[in-house]
Amino acid sequence: MMLEAYLLLAAALFSVGLFGALSQQSVVMVMMGLELMVNAVIVTAAALWLYTSPQSPDGQVLVLVAVTAMAVEMAMGFAVTTALFRARDVDMVDMAADLADRGGPGDHGGHGGGGER
Amino acid sequence: MTETVVFAVCAVGAVASGAAVFAVDSMARATFALLASFLFTGTAVLLLGLSYLGVLVVLMMVMEMMVMAVFMVMYMMNPAGLMPMSMVHNRNGALAVSAGVFLLLAAGVVLVPWPEAGGAPPADPAFALGEAVMGRHMLVMMLVGMVLFATMVAATVLATSRGRYDRYGDDLRREHPDDPIGGGLGR
Amino acid sequence: MNGTTAPLWAAPLVPALLLALGYGAAAGTAALRARAAGAAPSAALAAPARESARLLVQRRRTVPGADVLLWRLGGALVPVAAVLGALVVPLGPTAVSDLSVGVVWFNAMEVLVWAALWMLGWGSNSVWGLVGGYRFLVQGLSYELPHMFALTCAALGAGSLRVGDVVAAQEQVWFAALMPAAFAVYLVSAMAMAFWGPFGAPVGRDLAGGAVAELSGVDRLVLGVGRYMFLALVAAMAVPLFLGGDAGPLLPGWVWTLAKTAGVLGLLVWLGHRLPAVRMDRFAEAAWVVLVPVTLLQALAVAVYVLVR
Repeated sequence: MMLEAYLLLAAALFSVGLFGALSQQSVVMVMMGLELMVNAVIVTAAALWLYTSPQSPDGQVLVLVAVTAMAVEMAMGFAVTTALFRARDVDMVDMAADLADRGGPGDHGGHGGGGER
Repeated sequence: MTETVVFAVCAVGAVASGAAVFAVDSMARATFALLASFLFTGTAVLLLGLSYLGVLVVLMMVMEMMVMAVFMVMYMMNPAGLMPMSMVHNRNGALAVSAGVFLLLAAGVVLVPWPEAGGAPPADPAFALGEAVMGRHMLVMMLVGMVLFATMVAATVLATSRGRYDRYGDDLRREHPDDPIGGGLGR
Repeated sequence: MNGTTAPLWAAPLVPALLLALGYGAAAGTAALRARAAGAAPSAALAAPARESARLLVQRRRTVPGADVLLWRLGGALVPVAAVLGALVVPLGPTAVSDLSVGVVWFNAMEVLVWAALWMLGWGSNSVWGLVGGYRFLVQGLSYELPHMFALTCAALGAGSLRVGDVVAAQEQVWFAALMPAAFAVYLVSAMAMAFWGPFGAPVGRDLAGGAVAELSGVDRLVLGVGRYMFLALVAAMAVPLFLGGDAGPLLPGWVWTLAKTAGVLGLLVWLGHRLPAVRMDRFAEAAWVVLVPVTLLQALAVAVYVLVR
């Protein structure tokens, strides 16, 4: 019974994170959604470890991998955001989809800095 | 009984603060709402008897969220939320997709006949974890180490705008690097 | 003998003891300052109490545009983190809760202070406060790794993350003697974690108080008390980790714990008075280039010692 409760918690966290990752425009907010989804993986792995196979440490190893994935996701996400911002003055996923920076609807010019382009 | 109550509080708190991340205007508050969500899940993991991993989640997530706060303030147009503005696209579609995913996952959770636990958990799960990553699952540990190292290098390369030619001159002959901020060791 | 868990009534003792030690640290700081200024040091012993009374009756300052929720939360988090961290610190042979991962728990509670100080700086909607909060993040990120490796050395020497086991492993020789580099790095990085003395730049005078610039009245009192409690906590944790815990002749264990804690706390207070403030933009590199390799080598030495012992 408790297993189902934990898994429902994980499902809810995953869905909230998915909503954020799909609906947010800012790269940083998208990453917050991704973090919530990985968080759900942590809860799932921990709950499945205790309630189905506590004798083998596989579930715990999976939690460790998920925590690492979170750290890697954040470091690389911010590095890419920084590189993107530096090159194109863009911090929103919609504008990052364009291959060329040719103005148009994506160019809001709201940011200072990066004037040497 | 106590465990059920604590779990219920943690579960509701984790989901509510997770939802608050995308509801509040202030980016600082969004970051700390996400941190609260992680603290609640850390407590839930502690309830499962995984004391090491639970505390590790708390430790790591506080640090991670503080770094996140820095980047939030750096990149968001409206970090303090003083001028309410909307930065979302296709909100209804996202809502429909995530609600559908939740219903699907919940149906799976309820309908799948989960196997019974085969035995009691070890006395010290952290010890079992350590033995696993240093023994049978050593490949995981090695890969994690490699990936983290590669991440450090790649993130630094991506994020920095200055290379060695900026620091040591075009022919790399400069004796001391020309850095915007000097280091602490006589450089 | 070591590592027993105290009954529940002992829990209120933890904040009381931390408060008493913190008061001692505050009074010591005031006395050192008074002596440097040429006044009588004995009169400074009541200075923290006078200052607390003054802050209690002072009217709260309000700041336009402040994020009051985060601001208040940040101030309250510092003493709370200190008390939570102290739950695993044994007094004599007993701790309130001798967790199996006590060392990691202690570190996690220390990290909470990063969030607290940044919230304080951000919430006050003041440029001084925000700069102070950022300074503390740089300091925390730079000194967390050496700090963690110093803690790891002690845990490695004992083969356990339980604080009681770390104490028990020091029956033959104290870890301060066995791993002096780790002990030294622990003291330095603990000062950085407690934004104390040379690492006080986040709340430095060059920033008009930094993260606490806009705090007044009871808010400032809570933060000041929390800061000294936190300093007392990092001093108290040095005792079970490196100074043999309650080990000592004649006197009962808890007296030795308190005496050693007071000694470490006195050392930190004296160092904080003597050493000049360091600029974190310059000394971040010292942490990465000197302290991290030193602690890694120390951990290697400890690991080899544990293997051949």
